[in-house]
Amino acid sequence: MKIVVNGDPVETQETTLSGLLEELGLGGAKVATAVNETFVPVALRATHHLSNGDRVEIVAPRQGG
Amino acid sequence: MPEFYGTKIQSRMMLGTAQYPSPAILADAFRRSGAGIATVSVRREAAGERAGEDFWSLIKDLNVALLPNTAGCHSVREAVTTAHMARELFDTRWIKLEVIGHADTLQPDPFGLVEAARILTDDGFQVFPYCTEDLVLCSRLQEAGCKVLMPWGAPIGTGLGLNNIYGLRSLRAHFPDVPLVVDAGLGLPSQAAHAMELGFDAVLLNTAVARAGDPAAMAAAFANAVDAGAQAYAADPMPPRDMAAPSTPVLGKAFLA
Repeated sequence: MKIVVNGDPVETQETTLSGLLEELGLGGAKVATAVNETFVPVALRATHHLSNGDRVEIVAPRQGG
Repeated sequence: MPEFYGTKIQSRMMLGTAQYPSPAILADAFRRSGAGIATVSVRREAAGERAGEDFWSLIKDLNVALLPNTAGCHSVREAVTTAHMARELFDTRWIKLEVIGHADTLQPDPFGLVEAARILTDDGFQVFPYCTEDLVLCSRLQEAGCKVLMPWGAPIGTGLGLNNIYGLRSLRAHFPDVPLVVDAGLGLPSQAAHAMELGFDAVLLNTAVARAGDPAAMAAAFANAVDAGAQAYAADPMPPRDMAAPSTPVLGKAFLA
């Protein structure tokens, strides 16, 4: 399955958002997620199924003004 | 001291966390500023990275309230989604709502701002809108549920100070009970003092401190200026006048002509 993660194309066999995070080495990391511009809370990641072409955003705390 | 959405803050300074030369200098600047609120943001995390956790541990040690922003968002949808991600990451209902309408000036999009403020308020957020000093916009934001208003002094990062003093003074007069914060555009402590002399409740700074040659010393200078301005406003300044008025009594002056 081809998806886009933080703007970059990614090939994955994972079918859930939580599986993808594990695959990317971000399992348990302090991150928040959105799929196709919609927020997906932590509690729903395990049941959120990914589809071909999905756009996934993974963000973390950063400096800001 | 200001109160935002029922939370009393023991400082009239809010300080951003971006652009410091090092994390140690950031921490030092916060200590010297006495700021009670830190603004923060969310950005992409690369695979296998833990940059977010490093920053998280740094800001937790500052022991201040956190105000996440939606910086860089140009649409209502991305601002709303960013706010939700920030709420989960920082565990706060507070959101500094930015919906940018113009790329060169970073001027807020007033229409998108009101729409996003309404959506987020309905979702349980406590919205701190980064807005202009437009009276009608500020009324609409209040109607949308905002209990704080944060007009710019000047465009973000310019250091130009207060571009529309009349507009800011009008806001204070029309919204006597709403906490008002000058957000963006301040470059010098004197400009912060001026904002406080107008009766503003707080100022939000980032670039002016972080990009100073000595950020910690500049943070201390701003803290003094903010205190001076707030004390001056509380002391009820004299009204200005156009013609001179002698301060030394005329009566009793020796006649020597």
